[in-house]
Amino acid sequence: MGVEILKEKYRSEVREVVLGATAEDGGTRSHTIKVGGETTLPFLHFEGTVPNRPVISMEVWDIFPEEWPDNLKDAFGDVLSDPAAWAKKCVDEFGADMITLRFKSADPDLKNSTAEDLIPVLKKVLETVKVPLIVYGCGKPEKDNEIIGPLAESAEGENLLLGVAEQDNFKAVASAAMAYKHSVIAKSPIDINIAKQLNIRISELSTPLLDRIIIDPTVAALGYGLEYAYSIMERARFGALNGDRMLAMPMIGDVGHEVWSKKEAVISGEEEATWGDQAERSLTWEATTAMALLQGGVDIINMRNPAAAALVKKNIDDLMQDNSY
Amino acid sequence: MGLTGLQIFKHLPKTNCKECGFPTCLAFAMALANGQIALDACPYVSEEAKEALSSAAAPPIRKVKIGVGDNAIEMGDETEIFRHDKRFNHPTAFAVAIKDDEDVAAKVDTFNDLSFTRVGQHYEADMIALVNASGDAAKFKAAAETAAAKTAKNFALISEDVAAMEAALEVLADRKPLIYAANNDNYEKMTELAKAKECPLVVKAANLEDLTALVEKIVALDYKELVLDPGSRDTSKVLADMTQIRRLAVRKKFRPFGYPTIAFTSKEDPREEMMQAGIYLAKFASIVVINTDKKEHILPLLSLRSNIFTDPQKPVQVEPGLHEVGDVNENSPVYCTTNFSLTYYLVEGEVDATRIPSYIISVDTAGTSVLTSYADNKFTAEKITETIKAVGIEDKVKHRNIVIPGGVAVLQGKLEDESGWKVIVGPRESSGINKFAKDLFA
Repeated sequence: MGVEILKEKYRSEVREVVLGATAEDGGTRSHTIKVGGETTLPFLHFEGTVPNRPVISMEVWDIFPEEWPDNLKDAFGDVLSDPAAWAKKCVDEFGADMITLRFKSADPDLKNSTAEDLIPVLKKVLETVKVPLIVYGCGKPEKDNEIIGPLAESAEGENLLLGVAEQDNFKAVASAAMAYKHSVIAKSPIDINIAKQLNIRISELSTPLLDRIIIDPTVAALGYGLEYAYSIMERARFGALNGDRMLAMPMIGDVGHEVWSKKEAVISGEEEATWGDQAERSLTWEATTAMALLQGGVDIINMRNPAAAALVKKNIDDLMQDNSY
Repeated sequence: MGLTGLQIFKHLPKTNCKECGFPTCLAFAMALANGQIALDACPYVSEEAKEALSSAAAPPIRKVKIGVGDNAIEMGDETEIFRHDKRFNHPTAFAVAIKDDEDVAAKVDTFNDLSFTRVGQHYEADMIALVNASGDAAKFKAAAETAAAKTAKNFALISEDVAAMEAALEVLADRKPLIYAANNDNYEKMTELAKAKECPLVVKAANLEDLTALVEKIVALDYKELVLDPGSRDTSKVLADMTQIRRLAVRKKFRPFGYPTIAFTSKEDPREEMMQAGIYLAKFASIVVINTDKKEHILPLLSLRSNIFTDPQKPVQVEPGLHEVGDVNENSPVYCTTNFSLTYYLVEGEVDATRIPSYIISVDTAGTSVLTSYADNKFTAEKITETIKAVGIEDKVKHRNIVIPGGVAVLQGKLEDESGWKVIVGPRESSGINKFAKDLFA
């Protein structure tokens, strides 16, 4: 009895989304990045193609990240007060595939910056680094709805990935993406039906946007319900491969943001002696979260720690090796 | 038995002799399918039929045990490729490798220290994989003696030399360690040894084809307490092999692959090792042998295991009741939330980070989250009030202020009426607790 290798045959594939735009498409990026397009489950090269490797986007804030633990701040040296310099370091030194720019200062409880304040910052980052960008507001929907349109307009043609469109609040972001030729992060609260619904509603606004949506199922840090996002991702990927076009978008995980607010990333080895050294643990916590999501099918990972990002990149290198029989 | 009456009927004599007590073979088959009668009630069923019926009814992946009694590790007995289709049954066991030519005692001490508590759970590294790196039987035995004296945990014995394995088993056979491994050259003797000592046995081959052939040879020697090593060590290839073995076993009932699996990390860098081990945990390895024994690498793996092997249908719950965060006193703030583990630990983490000692009342919502339990009428003004009274918080604090999750702000009025407490609406997200507490309580 020999072994008959079992290769699944799927009906369809994950949509391929292009991020960023070069001069010929009205942008100023040196290159575009494609994500998605997989014709099988994560990294099963023996039965399909993984045309685009998952990418790592490193997080940059427009304000100094006070609350980041020392070991994380120290990794960056003196660039943390200058978003453009910070972004440049991430790309040049740390090999980030993309930059995730978070306009924290827009938060009414912080600086309450207006679009006018933010546009020059966005322009400077766009001038300084030439990789595709992801742009988030401050995370407060009312404020973000005000700033996202002007920000999108100021970078028309760059094909930014704009965060976030949600079930009860997607029009501002989706319209900005439509009008100024950007892409959209569609975020749902650990609910695959809402994820699908949201994509349908966005498509009702604009059908071409369907190929410019990235799904964010809302990931959690390792140890805090990571398995919810993991299973949603597996189900979405499976759906994508079996003909569900409304779940067939590439996926993003906001890992850095989730991990670094957790005890496991910040508490010292003195306070929790059984947990080992904080710096090493914070790195492994972020990297392990990312590694698990890669197995679930994530295509873009927002990360903070450069060493964790490097570790995840190596993991992706290994996983992209052919494993055909 | 798992088979339908018709499937069973195909294997019966079809003579309708009635000696089993049933009027026809078909009736007997139906009864057998319903578990109402045993196969041996039929005096005429052939040996072949017995084989076919018992093997068809067997689970796709055999359950194999390492160790004895309460300490035993169960592997295999899996039916799923995706955890969300049902659940994964047996959490991946981690075996920390210790070589017989290094300081075994010191390494076992480090291993014993791999014991962690987080989110109300206790995690430990499961096993030691004792490696016959020296190639010397006496040294292997000595290492087994040293290690056995310092831990009650289970072992995998890593040596393809039968003499060395025999020597180590003189020390450890009672603990039913995993014998690694039978290969194409030594399998007759290794299988005999495994059988004699009643220990589970790894079947090691260079690829899936060779693995199949070797498993069949060993099964022909009448031994089935097997664990499979498909021989791959590169991350991407291990992923492929583990996937094939699980798929073929579960979807095609391919019997040679109907056993638990073992994976080995191959990276020099301990962090990279950790990443490999995590992949193998998620993707079908029943046991992973790892070299790094650092807390910062093992804790994430054990936490990941806890996540992946959670039963998706059973929410993890905390004990409902009154919890203290920090050095509380009669003026400490009081929060309330549900007893869904995830919710509770997120809240607790945030409250802890405020550095303001506080009480948290976790209400029994059968382990569901704030919004779910509210929608389900489990997180109500009555229920919260009942819990407030039951946990005796009124004897512990002078004030009567309670913070409720922002998501159920609508409960404020009713809860005030029911409980007599002043209700403060907290943030919607636990991440808002820090600022909220600093504004209100600092």
